[in-house]
Formats: sequence, C-alpha cells, structure tokens
Amino acid sequence: MFHVRHLSGPHFGPIDLQLAPRELLCLYGPSGVGKSQLLRALADLEPHEGEVQLADVPQQAVRPTEWRRQVAYLPAESGWWAPRVVQHFAQPPGIEALAALGLTPDILEREVDGLSTGELQRLGLLRMLDQRPRVLLLDEPSANLDPESALLMEARVLRYLDEARAAAIWVSHDPLQRERIADRSIELKAREAA
Amino acid sequence: MNLIELTASDLGLTAGLVLLLGILISLNGLGLTRSLYVSTVRMTVQLLLVGLVLEALFGAAHPLWVGLMGLVMLLLAGWEVMARQQRRIRGLAGYLIGVTAMALPAFTLALMALVVIIDVRPWYTPQYAIPLLGMILGNTMTGIGLGLNSLTRGAATGRRAIEAQLLLGHDTRRATRGLRRDSLHTALLPTINMLTVAGIVSLPGMMTGQILSGTPPLEAVKYQIMMMMLIASATGMGAMLAIELGARRLFDERQRLRLDRLAQA
Repeated sequence: MFHVRHLSGPHFGPIDLQLAPRELLCLYGPSGVGKSQLLRALADLEPHEGEVQLADVPQQAVRPTEWRRQVAYLPAESGWWAPRVVQHFAQPPGIEALAALGLTPDILEREVDGLSTGELQRLGLLRMLDQRPRVLLLDEPSANLDPESALLMEARVLRYLDEARAAAIWVSHDPLQRERIADRSIELKAREAA
Repeated sequence: MNLIELTASDLGLTAGLVLLLGILISLNGLGLTRSLYVSTVRMTVQLLLVGLVLEALFGAAHPLWVGLMGLVMLLLAGWEVMARQQRRIRGLAGYLIGVTAMALPAFTLALMALVVIIDVRPWYTPQYAIPLLGMILGNTMTGIGLGLNSLTRGAATGRRAIEAQLLLGHDTRRATRGLRRDSLHTALLPTINMLTVAGIVSLPGMMTGQILSGTPPLEAVKYQIMMMMLIASATGMGAMLAIELGARRLFDERQRLRLDRLAQA
C-alpha cells in the first residue's frame, strides 16, 4: 500500500520500505541517524530524493495539503499555535476518545502552555487521527508517557490501524515496546561517510 | 523668506554637545560612544553630500536626474532594510522583496501627490519631488524592515507551530495567518504612534522646517497632514506587500517551510 524507493535526504538513506494495510513497522537506531528526517521526508515536509507512493499514487502527484492529511506525521514534540487545547481541533474529541488515552474532557479547555509533553503527545495523536490518515508516522510518541499511558497509546494506534486499514511507522527506542507492537523492526544505521 | 543662516561655529557648538555626551557615556563605562560618534559623523557627511547633490539638482531640473536620485535612494533603502534583519531572506530574493515592496507604493503615491494633489509644474520639480519621495521612502523602509524582521524571526521561532498546521493538511496561508498578522502589527505600530502623537507630543520635522523658513503655520499644517497620510498609506501598503512576498518565499512549491532560505542569526 505504501511504497518507498531510494528515499534519501541530506542525512539519511537511500532507504527502501513497503507497508501493507494494518502493518506496524518499528524504527530504531542511535540519535542523529536521521529517523526524524526520514519521517519528515515521507510527510513531504523536507526536500528529498527518491519515490514515495501511497496506493500507487506518487507523492509528488498529490497536493501537499492532501498528502499530509493521508500520510500524517506526529513529531517528537508536537506543535501548538493557539492558546487553548480545544482551538486545535476541527471536531473536539469526545469523552471516550479522550478516555481511551487516559485523558479527561477538562483538558480541552486548558491552556497549552500548562500541559506536560506527555499530555501534548496524546492530544497530538488525537488531533492527527481526526483527519483519518492512511499512514501514521509516529516519532517516539510514547517517550514521555508513564508505562500505563504508553500501553493505552499502543492499543489506540493498533485499533486505529485495524479499523481504518491504515499502516504505521513507529520510532521506538524501547525493545520491549517493539516486541509488543511491531510486525517488523528496522534498525537505521549511520550512513558511511562518502 | 526670513531664515537665519547657521554658521560653522553654530554647528560646531552642537557637535560639542554630542562629544560631551560621548564622554559622559564612556566615563560611566556604558560603551556606546564609538557608534554614537561614527553615526554622527556619518549623518553629517551624508547630509552635506545630499545638500550638494540637491543644490546641483535644483540647478538642473531634469526628470532624468530626479529619477536617478529616486533610484539611488530606493537602492540604498533596500540595503538598509536587509541590514536591519536578524534572519533576513538569503540572496537576491530577499533584497528584491524589500525593494519591490518599497518602490511600488512609494513611487506611486509620490507621483500621485506631485501630479494630482500638489499639482506642481513641472511634476518633477526637485524642491517638491525629492523631499516628498524621501519622506515616504524613509518611513516605508522602516515599516518594511520591521515587518520582514518580525516575519522571518517569527517563522524561525514558530517553526513547530507552523509545521503542525501544515501536517494537519492546512495550506501555507492558513498556517501563517497569525504570523502575518503579528508582523503587520509590528510594522505599523510606529506609524500609528506617529499619527497619534502628531502635534501633541511632537511637532513633525517637515512642518517645523516650513514654519522656520517663514511659511504660515496653517499652510505648513496642511502639508504635514497630507504628508502623514501619504506616509501612513505607503508604509501600510509596502509592509503588506513585503509580508505577503516574504511569506511566500518561506515556503517552496510543495508547501514546505524552508528556513534554510533565511540567513543564520
């Protein structure tokens, strides 16, 4: 469903990847090896070489706004542009959607500035699932979560992949987590100096 | 005309004041003396030079010379706009954005004032054309410099927030709405302040000059009102244009935020 051929940027690649519907691929490797750069290139947020295809349609043939809705990237630190949480949602998430990630509805009216990174990551995931993406690019989404919340997030993502027939790339440094969620894992190695 | 001429010793006395200020600052170890002296010398030389140029220009009133003078003023102003930015847009594009945004409103409005409003004949009479253009350009330059500086700095510091919106499938216009609004506010604040305090706290320089040289105050005031409106309009239009062009330059054809197009801080 999702094909990547010879993808490379200034600090990574070339990389070839394929994802099937409902597949979850874990990515790991030392810091600075270009994992985030790779995800940014897949979301077309960074200039890059190579080919990316979603359901046989090349990335460059799709309008960038449409592409990013379908191939959604959640950065390690999500961005917020308005003072309150609820202002970032087209449709404010319901009680159940929040509870599935261990959040309560009062968080929607709170100021973004007062929230922890872990809370923001969970809200970022909710915001992103709202647009019904077909590929999720998750950059250490549970790095700042307590173990229970991390399990909730894993369950939420797996459930989404199942019901939306979507695929995901999940950057995780936790071998146990990879064991739990990954269909496959790939280690990204430092590129040899040319 | 009953202007009292200033002598070299009159100017020497004011230079002594600046010298004294520099000494006071340096005695207190506040360290700005050097730039104070340099910019004072610069100001004196620049004004003397422009005085000579204007004397020559007034003698040979030809549209070509007036136009050339306007062009030189524009190109220098473009340089100043670049120099005032911490994260300026790299390359020729950055310079051209500033120059274009200044030139369009400044030249159009100056020409309109000369031909339609003041109706001076010929329209390029340097006594009118040069000061008018100079005042409009100078203020527009400040507004554009502030606006572009706010835009590029805001894009660099607000990168995460802008990209978060791009990632949700918003287009670049929506993702930069807040940034463009804030930049325009920054650009226009001095102009709004100028309009607010005109006549109360400060007597504008042009009016003061006209009164000093014997113009009846009400005539000088009418000129000043026209000038202020021209300045406000040109600054606002120029800043909007600069922010618009600058915001476009921040993104490439795939709507990616390209901070690599900005110079390092």
